[in-house]
Amino acid sequence: MPFAGIDMGIQNVKVVILDDDGKILARSISPSGFEPAKAAEQTFREALSNAGIRRDDIKHVTATGAGLDMALEADSTISMVAADAKAGVYLLPSARTVIDVGAEESRIVVCDERGNVLDFTLNERCAAGSGAFLEAMARALEVRIEEMGELSLKAKGTASISATCVIFGETDVVSLIHRQEPKHEIARAIYDALAERIISMVHRVGLKPSVILVGGVAKDIGFTAALRRKLEAEIFVPNYPEYAGALGAALHALAKAGGNIQ
Amino acid sequence: MIEGSQQYWRWREYHLVFPEKRPKQSSIITAGVDIGSVSSKAVIMVNGEIYSISIMRTGSSSPDSAKKVMEWALKDTELKLSDIHYIVGTGYGRVNVPMAHNTLTEIACHAKGANYIWGPTVRTILDVGGQDIKAIKCDEKGKVLSFLMNDKCAAGTGRGMEVLADLLKIPIEEMGAVSLNVDEEPEPVSCTCVAFARTEAMWLLRRGWTKEKVLAAYMRAMAIRMCNLLQRVGCESELAVTGGQSKNVGIISRVESLLGMKTLPMPEWEKDGRDPMAAGAIGAALFAKALHEKAKK
Repeated sequence: MPFAGIDMGIQNVKVVILDDDGKILARSISPSGFEPAKAAEQTFREALSNAGIRRDDIKHVTATGAGLDMALEADSTISMVAADAKAGVYLLPSARTVIDVGAEESRIVVCDERGNVLDFTLNERCAAGSGAFLEAMARALEVRIEEMGELSLKAKGTASISATCVIFGETDVVSLIHRQEPKHEIARAIYDALAERIISMVHRVGLKPSVILVGGVAKDIGFTAALRRKLEAEIFVPNYPEYAGALGAALHALAKAGGNIQ
Repeated sequence: MIEGSQQYWRWREYHLVFPEKRPKQSSIITAGVDIGSVSSKAVIMVNGEIYSISIMRTGSSSPDSAKKVMEWALKDTELKLSDIHYIVGTGYGRVNVPMAHNTLTEIACHAKGANYIWGPTVRTILDVGGQDIKAIKCDEKGKVLSFLMNDKCAAGTGRGMEVLADLLKIPIEEMGAVSLNVDEEPEPVSCTCVAFARTEAMWLLRRGWTKEKVLAAYMRAMAIRMCNLLQRVGCESELAVTGGQSKNVGIISRVESLLGMKTLPMPEWEKDGRDPMAAGAIGAALFAKALHEKAKK
């Protein structure tokens, strides 16, 4: 019987369905919007239909994410930190450091080979260390966030800004524009700033190889390039990194309700 | 002003000259120029007393801002830049004050300035500037003994207040009074991040909170941050507040009630130029006098 994990993210709701063996049967994602509960219902239905199963077929549902209380009826819940650790080791068995950069929050989780959390640090309640920083800076730079990554790859690294606060970062970007710094150089400075902020979090807990990068921001090539430039370790980026939380939750459901793998 | 395009963040820029302090032949004329991230201040002193003061918004270039604010301070004074014996630059953009003979940190200048504004009883200074919050301890001469400053975060700073003013569509100079217009003080917001306030404040308003209540919750959270900093540095009476937020009654009254301690009253700065927002420039002009006298010896 299948198991489901649902991640009530601030920006998107994500659902992952696993079979008894821990194989991924389906994924689904949709914006959380103004009614996250409705979005969750909708995303869950989509995932069921992608997997070609009915709601009754699901043995156990685990929920995680910032909007946990808005989730549809789940059998259990799991913290985002624990979900990251489980997903990290599932996706890369040698992973001991999971870097999760989300829309409004970032986490660094250090775990053991079984996906148990050993240590972690969070960036919460501050926009500077998350996707929100990139979005605000893209607005200030007047480029589409989807295009900023590609743009940044053309740069040599002649400019820099500070990522300690979104509000001041915007001022930095505007003054770079006034100084006629090319847009691609500013774009790179933006990614470098976020990468530096994330790396300072990594240093807080201490880096243990291997390193896996997950969360929605892991899909941004500008950010992964910056992190690879600045972190003194190899970084593995899985396919579908934005589903790590939902995957971790589904793995918890599987472990909780019994499956063929631990 | 066209309705709908009001710039709520805009605060009053001004220039005041006090003709009774007009220099004589033998007067020592000095100036302090404080280039902050949000506002630029210039003070011209005659024998260590404020003769002219100007406060304006900092532009995108520090040297230009320094020139403009200094030119404004010279206006209607019968003085030329070359008449000033010594100029000290301070603030975030202090290395870019082209006419300065010397530069000093804004921490030293704020302590010196607070000592001038309120007298030798000042022991602790809460300086809330455009981009940071500082807690400074000083002795009876205005000499810095220790200080702490927050990590670079806009919450509670002048820049953060400007963003909130625009967001809630309340003129920045009225925000303090508006925030006190609540029946009961709400719980502070749990997230003070100004970037997130754009969505969080909207969410609170949609839940039926009044603008006054939203603002009160933000101001309370920011006052708590300031008090934490003050307590870490060891807040001793008497406490002075400098920087732009010294004029924010919403912040000041909350800091006072949280600390259980009064802050020094706002001086009648329109009569003599002792504006706590210009404490850095005032301190710089005083240091300029001391440096000029030392150089002459």
